[in-house]
Amino acid sequence: MSPPIDARRLGKRFRRDWALRDCTLTIPEGAIVGLAGPNAAGKSTLLALAAGLLAPSEGAIDVLGHDPLREPSVLAEVGYVAQGAPLYRSFTIEETIEFARRTNSRWDEELVACLPTRIGSRTKVGSLSAGDRARLALGLALGKRPRLVLLDEPFAGLDPLAGREFLQLLMDGVAETAATVVIASHVIADIERVCDHIVLLTGGGVRLEGGVEELLESHRILMGPRRPLGSIRGVTSIVRERYSGRQLTLLVRGDGPILDPSWTVERVGLEELLLAYMAPERMPVPAPPEGLPLRWHG
Amino acid sequence: MIEFHLDPRSGVATYLQIVQQVKEALRLGTISVGDQLPTVREVVADLAINPNTVAKAYRDLEREGLVVARQGRGTFVASTLARATSLPHYEVLRVELEHWLEAADGAGLDEESIRALISATVREMLARRVA
Repeated sequence: MSPPIDARRLGKRFRRDWALRDCTLTIPEGAIVGLAGPNAAGKSTLLALAAGLLAPSEGAIDVLGHDPLREPSVLAEVGYVAQGAPLYRSFTIEETIEFARRTNSRWDEELVACLPTRIGSRTKVGSLSAGDRARLALGLALGKRPRLVLLDEPFAGLDPLAGREFLQLLMDGVAETAATVVIASHVIADIERVCDHIVLLTGGGVRLEGGVEELLESHRILMGPRRPLGSIRGVTSIVRERYSGRQLTLLVRGDGPILDPSWTVERVGLEELLLAYMAPERMPVPAPPEGLPLRWHG
Repeated sequence: MIEFHLDPRSGVATYLQIVQQVKEALRLGTISVGDQLPTVREVVADLAINPNTVAKAYRDLEREGLVVARQGRGTFVASTLARATSLPHYEVLRVELEHWLEAADGAGLDEESIRALISATVREMLARRVA
């Protein structure tokens, strides 16, 4: 079966600026993907390209095995909710659902039935709270019985309770449809609870990608006395180094146990891991404090 | 029916927390053979977690022979774990522990120190056993 999203050297330029460049990635079927990254990293651009709303400047993207621009019929199986859950404000909930029912070839009444029931269906969309509007937009996307759901910053402007309700509706929809989901969010805590796959974008490119469990398993935090950094057994790369006084703290990617007993080894949480990869470059090495007999070379 | 809860700060993977909670319920006898576990959709709607995570936990439990999935009906407890309360020495051990706790209290240890001492001793004993 074709992967839900398959991008090859994908790039998008707006005038002279590249919003996304040289992006190659494959989203596995059935994954719940956290699309993370700072603002302006290219998250919205990638989702809009997948939703067939933008044309690539270079490279290609296939969605469920089809080019979304040349074969837009594939979009019947893609539920996309743009940032801020835009809907017709003057429509009532009832009218909004009716509109979606008539404009979609696939429509599942049962999936829409779980929509805001505590508010009257004659309420105008414009007077809904941010949380109810987000859930309505999600319900419309799920009503298509999509195989792929794309959500752009769905938690922006939602309070914690509304955010939790949104996730419950989304996860219930996933349990029912087995859809693949991509959630773009710059707040990692919002997506940590559900995502099992991470794509981290920085500066328009893929910085880190993989299954959450594998990523957490292959990274460790090492703490120990300050020392010159050579190669460390079990470590393949150093993601971040931090110095404080005589203490050195490393976030490393490894391929085996750290046997050197002078390191205290700890597991790393998803948020800390992604923040470390988001930091532009390695922290500069400050001069050692005076009075410390440290040799940095040789 | 067992109800799951999550501790996101624990650092324990979500699916493992579910596995552990089922095992604990089996040990304590709060669920037993034939009882149904909540459906994936029920857990998902309750905890707002990834359905794949729940499915993975149930698969792990099935592989260990503790539960069995019946097509279209749900997941049921198939086996039980040794219940601490039914062991022959259970009562003796419990009373001994109570005496020890009283002694620790008399020595001025507060609850946190007692817990820290117990878990450190258990860790040391397990480490010795492995070595």
